[in-house]
Amino acid sequence: MTDLPDSYGRIVATLIRLTGDWNLAEDCAQEAMAAALERWPRDGTPDNPGGWLMTVARNRAIDVLRRSSVEQTKLREVAMLFHPGEQHEIEDDRLRLIFTCCHPALALDARVALTLRTVAGVPTADIARVFLVGESAMTRRITRAKSKITEARIPYRVPEGQALVERLPGVLAVLYLLFTRGYDADGEPAFADEAIRLARLLTTLMPAEPEVSALLALFLLQHSRRHARRDALGDLVPLDRQDRSRWDHAAIAEGRAILSGAAVTGPYAVQAHIAAGHTAAGSDWVSIAGWYDQLVRIQPTPMVELNRAVAHGYAYGPQAGLALLAGFDGYPAVAIEADLTAKAGDRDRAAALFRAAAAAAPSEVERRALLARAAEL
Amino acid sequence: MKYMMFVCTDTEPETDESIVPDIFQWVADNDASGRRVAGNQLVSPSSATTVRVRGGEVLLSDGPFAETKEVIVGFDILECADLDEAIAVAAAHPMAYNGRLELRPYHG
Repeated sequence: MTDLPDSYGRIVATLIRLTGDWNLAEDCAQEAMAAALERWPRDGTPDNPGGWLMTVARNRAIDVLRRSSVEQTKLREVAMLFHPGEQHEIEDDRLRLIFTCCHPALALDARVALTLRTVAGVPTADIARVFLVGESAMTRRITRAKSKITEARIPYRVPEGQALVERLPGVLAVLYLLFTRGYDADGEPAFADEAIRLARLLTTLMPAEPEVSALLALFLLQHSRRHARRDALGDLVPLDRQDRSRWDHAAIAEGRAILSGAAVTGPYAVQAHIAAGHTAAGSDWVSIAGWYDQLVRIQPTPMVELNRAVAHGYAYGPQAGLALLAGFDGYPAVAIEADLTAKAGDRDRAAALFRAAAAAAPSEVERRALLARAAEL
Repeated sequence: MKYMMFVCTDTEPETDESIVPDIFQWVADNDASGRRVAGNQLVSPSSATTVRVRGGEVLLSDGPFAETKEVIVGFDILECADLDEAIAVAAAHPMAYNGRLELRPYHG
């Protein structure tokens, strides 16, 4: 059985190149999928399922264009559809689609939504749920992004040379955001799988970019703990208390294999090494602290500085971590301070800090986890 | 593809530290490549006149249609293959460094 979502993105990508019409491309891809679901169980799966789907979608597009208009341009598009291009060109179409969906002239949320919808074929209703908006609002947002691509003529192209260097981090940022949407406490777990699938695809399409494979390694290593991160009640389990037998050891091995020997050229490689450090028994905190020292130089964000404080607290003793927390307040700094204070042995102060952190926690699962820590003290 | 590029001032004058390109060079380069169809600086908005017709009557008011601190101080009409090319032309304009540029595609 062929990978249907993969075929969906492939068909959409090629039909957009041939017709320039995003809606037509998506409609025809969907109809091909529906035809497959109806006919394959009855007639058997064709020898080349991907080719079958592409042909059905292309014929559908030709029908629609022929019926809709006799304009010269439409007829030219029909003619082009009979010659969809060489195989390598069709492969490149998916990369064109990804880069166009992630174009920086679109709003960041719109880039994520459009990538999910058109590259991955995720239903609009599912995307809307994760963005906490209604389905019609999400439909409007995606439609608006597609209109801008057409009206402002955002090119359907993979940038080259310096432009590629400038644009690739933006594409990776969209995949990263997608992954965190799936990984966050209240997120949609399927989105993390989707992000991994897209990162895998991007790795295949751009094998010479170390940050692309580093991003895949980062996803695999983080995601390897998905079955151990929650207890039976859905509460978050801290890393050091997770049942390691429930970690996905195949994913860990794959992530580590990608990292071994690969050059560290950017923030995702550093983060992947940090994630790899956490897959060692008890976490390799000295190594992790060292990687955070590197990360804080390229990404001096509050979140990185806070995580660096945690790493130093575990590697070199709670006081080392607390020293790096100086100047931070609010959530999650207070939760980290609570944890390091408990580690330093000041139980009363730690319990009070855990309760303060719980009051400020952004999600219910985090709040419960912090209250549980307070209760233990 | 034609784009109207509005050249605007910025209320957050956090200007770029790097050396600002020369406007005359920018005009010369883009006139030579055919990417700049027309363009000019505009006199300050205090000399603007806003025109409306309401109930068949021509209503004039002194000043710009919106009182904002960011004002349009000039415009250029660009002829570019696509948005990426227009962005590259805009990013080479001195006002991208200490103001802001708005690219608006022509309709249809």
